[in-house]
This record gives sequence, C-alpha cells and structure tokens, in this order.
Amino acid sequence: MNIHEYQAKEILNSFGIPIPRGRVALTADQVERAAKEMGGRCVVKAQIYAGGRGKAGGVRLVHHPEQAQEYAKELFGKTLVTPQTGPEGLKVRRILVEEAVEIAREFYLSITLDRSTSRYVLIASAEGGMEIEEVASKTPEKIHTLTIDPFLGLRSYQARQIALQLGLSGSVCEDCVNLILNLYRVCLEKDCALVEINPLVVTRAGWLMAMDAKITFDDNAIFRHREYPDMMDYSQLDPLEINAGKYDLAYIKLSGSIGCLVNGAGLAMATLDVLKEFGGEPANFLDVGGGATREKVAEAFKIILQDADVKGIFVNIFGGIMRCDVIAHGIIEAASEVNCTLPIVVRMDGSQVEEGKRLLTESGLNVQCSDNLGDAASKIVGMLG
Amino acid sequence: MSILINNSSRIVVQGITGRSGLFHTQQCREYGSNIVAGVTPGKGGIHIEGIPVFNTVAEAVKYTNANVSMIFVPPPGAADAILESAAAGLELAVCITEGIPVRDMVPVKAVLKQSKMRLVGPNCPGVITPGECKIGIMPGHIHRPGKIGVVSRSGTLTYEAVKQLTDMGLGQSTCVGIGGDPIIGMNFIDVLKLFNEDPGTEGVFMIGEIGGSAEEDAAHWIQEHMKKPVAAFIAGVTAPPGKRMGHAGAIITGGKGKAEDKIRTLTECGVTVASSPTKMGEAMQTAIAAKGNGKKKPS
Repeated sequence: MNIHEYQAKEILNSFGIPIPRGRVALTADQVERAAKEMGGRCVVKAQIYAGGRGKAGGVRLVHHPEQAQEYAKELFGKTLVTPQTGPEGLKVRRILVEEAVEIAREFYLSITLDRSTSRYVLIASAEGGMEIEEVASKTPEKIHTLTIDPFLGLRSYQARQIALQLGLSGSVCEDCVNLILNLYRVCLEKDCALVEINPLVVTRAGWLMAMDAKITFDDNAIFRHREYPDMMDYSQLDPLEINAGKYDLAYIKLSGSIGCLVNGAGLAMATLDVLKEFGGEPANFLDVGGGATREKVAEAFKIILQDADVKGIFVNIFGGIMRCDVIAHGIIEAASEVNCTLPIVVRMDGSQVEEGKRLLTESGLNVQCSDNLGDAASKIVGMLG
Repeated sequence: MSILINNSSRIVVQGITGRSGLFHTQQCREYGSNIVAGVTPGKGGIHIEGIPVFNTVAEAVKYTNANVSMIFVPPPGAADAILESAAAGLELAVCITEGIPVRDMVPVKAVLKQSKMRLVGPNCPGVITPGECKIGIMPGHIHRPGKIGVVSRSGTLTYEAVKQLTDMGLGQSTCVGIGGDPIIGMNFIDVLKLFNEDPGTEGVFMIGEIGGSAEEDAAHWIQEHMKKPVAAFIAGVTAPPGKRMGHAGAIITGGKGKAEDKIRTLTECGVTVASSPTKMGEAMQTAIAAKGNGKKKPS
C-alpha cells in the first residue's frame, strides 16, 4: 500500500526525523495561503502515488504567493505522466507547499527487505536525488549496504560507519546516526515494505533534513494498523482496482479486450501468457484466490464487465477441491444480473465438472466450455476474431 | 520413494478448529494422511472428528509422537505457530497460511537457520506424496504415484502442471509447493537437493514466476549438481511491468526478476523450459528423452 509524500514525511517526523516546514492544500487558495505562511518563496509539490514528478512538471520553486496560486491552478486536476505512472498518468488532487531550503549536500537512504538474505537491508548513497536503480547500474561502488540482524537490530556503530561512508563528519555525522536508527524504527513499527528518503539533505546551515520521502506499507500487515485504510487516497487508484480490493480480489487493468477470471496468481499469469500466444490481448489480470468461492467469482465477473473495453470473457478455474457446479452458479448469477451477452469461454477443472458444464450450457448465456487450457484460449480468441 | 513426507508421517494440525483447518484436515485424512493431533490454544482436551486437540505442539508431540505439522493458523499468530513447531522438535512444518507480515517472518527465518526443522511455505499449497500422504490444500485426485518430482512457487498453476504430467502417464514422487511469499522456508535448491538424492525420483519439473532471483539461483545449482533431467515453466512472460516493487527492491536483485531472464538462465544451464503453459507435460517428456539419449550436461 502506497501513501503520499506528505504522509510519509509526517510519519518520519513523528519518529524524530527532521522535515521541511510544510502544509497540504486541496485548493489553489489554500496553496496561496500556505505560500504566504512560508514567506512567499516556497516549493510547490504535486502529490501523486509515483516518483519522477520533477521531470514531469509536478514540482516547482516559486517566489511569491500569487505565483504559487497560479501554478496550483495549473496543477490541480492535471494528469501527470512519469516513468512510474504508466502512460495513463495520475491526477493531482493534493499539493504540498514547503519552505524552500538551501541545500549543501544530497544523499540517498532507504530500508527494505532483501529477499536473498530474508533480512532488512539499509541502502545508502552519496548520489542523492537520483534514481537508485540508475546509480546501481552506472556506479555500483557509490552504494553502501548494511544487512540488519533481526536479533541485534541496527546498532549505532553500524549506522556511524554508513554515515562516515557518506562523507559526513562531526555533529552532522552523529545526527545522521540517530536518523538512521530512527528510520529502522519506522520500518519495524510501521511495517514498511520500503521506507526511503531521497534526497536526504544537509542544509547550508548544517542540518539534516528529509527533503523527499516514500513509504510503502506491507499489505499483509494492515490488520495491525487500523489507521492505514484512512490514509489511502482513492483518487490515485483505478476505480475497478478499488472495487476489486473490497472483495479481496487481485485485479490489474490491462489494455486488451479479453476479460480474464482465474484462481491463483501463477495460473492467472500463465493464462495471460497463453492468451497472447494464441493472438489474444487480455483486458486484465484477475486472481479470485486459490480457493475460488461462488461470491468471489460473481463479484469478479461484475468487475470485469464494468470495463468497457471487454469484448469477451475467459474463465480459467482449476478448482481441484472446489465444486465446479458452485462456480458455474456464480458465473450464471453474475452474468444474468448484469445482462451479459458477451461471448464467454469457461475452462474448469475440479469436482462435479460435468454438472458445472451442464449448468453453463443450459443457462442461455453465450458460453462455451473446454477441458483444456490451449483449446479454451484458442476458442475465446476465435470467438472475438 | 519420496521426499519430506510418506505414509509414516505423523501429522499435527495447528489451527485445526478453524474453518479451513478442519475442512482440509478432513480432506487430507480422506486421502490417507495420518493426522494424529490438533493444536488450538485454549481448546486442549477436546476431540474433533476423533482427533485429540492439545493446547501446545509440545503436548501433541509428547502424547502422539507427531513429527510433521500442517499450519492453518491465521496471519496474526502464524509466525508464532511456526516457531512453536520448531521448538517442539518437529522435523517439518508445512505452513499454508497466506498473508503473514514480512516483519514477522524475518526473525522466523533467522531462527530456522539454527533449527533442524524444515519449513515449507508459508502461502503455499503444501506437499503431497501421491498415494501415501497429502499435507496441504491441493486436490489429491489429479496426482498419480510415479517418478517425477515437482517443485513450485505457485498453487493452482502447479495443479495444471500435475494434471498435464498425469495425463501423459508421468506420475509424481512428491510435489512441493514452496510458496509465493518473499520470505519462505525451503527454496528451489533445498528441494532440488532432496530430489537429486531420492532414488524414487527420476526427473524434476520446476514452476517459477516473475520476481526475485530464486529461479536463476536454482538454474546455476542445477548446472553444477543435478544428476537428473529438469524441465521448467516460468509464468509471467507477458506480465506488464505492473506495480512497482519500490526503488530499493530493484537494486538488491540487480535488475533480476523478469521472466525472460529466468528462462534464458535456465535454458543456458541445461533445463528444458516449456514455451507455453499448455506444454508443461511435453517439456518434461522432452527433458527425460534428451537425458535418455545419452546427452550429458556439460560438467
């Protein structure tokens, strides 16, 4: 789960990490007032769930409140396209107005899971403000990593080593040690999949400050953080994806015309692969969960049909223990509720498969059944061709 | 022969009184698995479906000699359940639970490095030795006893692969779903090692997917050590870059994680990779035939 930059900064600040003075605004007038508070000269930053905003025109230094207001009018409702948003971009609904800070030096700092060691890892670089992947591929020697022992935790001497490697000394080095220790506390206490400060700066006056921040929460840990759902900005998500989330379905919109309904993530990915192999273009990735239930199948079906690009539907359920007649009822129920006339190909496997097929063929829907993945894929592609 | 589990496995089910815990306990028992005990804290002393329930795994071991655990404990308590089974001296825990937070699994993984207990999962379909023992949620009827080992990160895609193998007359020695989470117990290599040493396994089918670099690591191990033919399928060739895993994630794996890279590395290391999910069974046949024709892998 993603949150905005300003929310990430509020969290960092609550753990003692210094951030620039700032305010979030929802209207251009609020932006103007916030700019006045900052003394006129300030940074106006579009808040979207993606990085790369600067190059896309979503961040600007302004010199007086009117200029801030003018820029905000231009930004609000505008769709920003960055390398991280995909071609459809993301709409700006919130703006962060921050004091302009005189920067002496910039760094990169993050903590995330290292899958190869199954431990958290601290990553630091003196190349602040740059995409870390770029630094990693061009100048890997400028990246310093520290694998964190889960029982010892992150110790001061280790944090100091990192701060020294970044070239810090004196009191700012000790400030950095504390900041690193606090960053690890944020990571653990807030169950972060990623906590990143980029850039971390030393100001002209010699203070450390998180100029930009990103936090991604571990979706699996939301159950122990009741405040997380309230932090979500639904304007940043695809409406169909929000709907799917309510029913615990994994849905990703794609650009083709064949709606896909599959149980299990691996099989869902393989289903997209096989459709493309047969010349079809999937409209979505949709995993109803390994043990598909009648309710989930029905809801998934409705979500697929809300996508106007969908011209046909491919259902691939390897039920196993699941009863196919139950799945068939779910499909028929949902299809008749929304008056679906689109061609449907159903490939099911599991118990009561013959009964499931009988129900579908006698349902009056435009449906064909198949026992075999390749055969089913060629059928749906053929029906749309 | 088989790996990890067989008809002498004595199973304790942690979370036996939950809805899916009980349902799958019954399913496993119908398949022939020997479920000797259940554990649900606070419910010790009762019997469910004739199975004695204990408050702790240690008690279950003491009274029933259980040696393998099947875990259905919901996410908030699942990491603790794994640690408890390790502390009770079990040989193997199979954790089905989906949705355990990473922060909970980091210390578990560190503890398991010092423990003799093996962990399969979490977020996995489980382990099955066809005709002998099923510990998990997979449909038993698609499997046939035989000589192909199956190891997979996926659930339902494994069922698809197993069905294709069975339809072609290729039975399975043991099928292991290692799980789809970023932190799991046994990885591809751990399972491949066991298959390599198992006289009942003559070939291995491996199912991977995008993300991480476990498939590449396995490919290099296979090239170095594997004595038996290996075929594979990698899901997600056409998957869009999709939702970013975050800046820092990409740096650790150094750009690894794409399906094409995994397929290329596996092929280079002598693994027969199925070009389509409809051809998984065929790929296994091809791999076995190539090995049978006396083609030796470069050593």
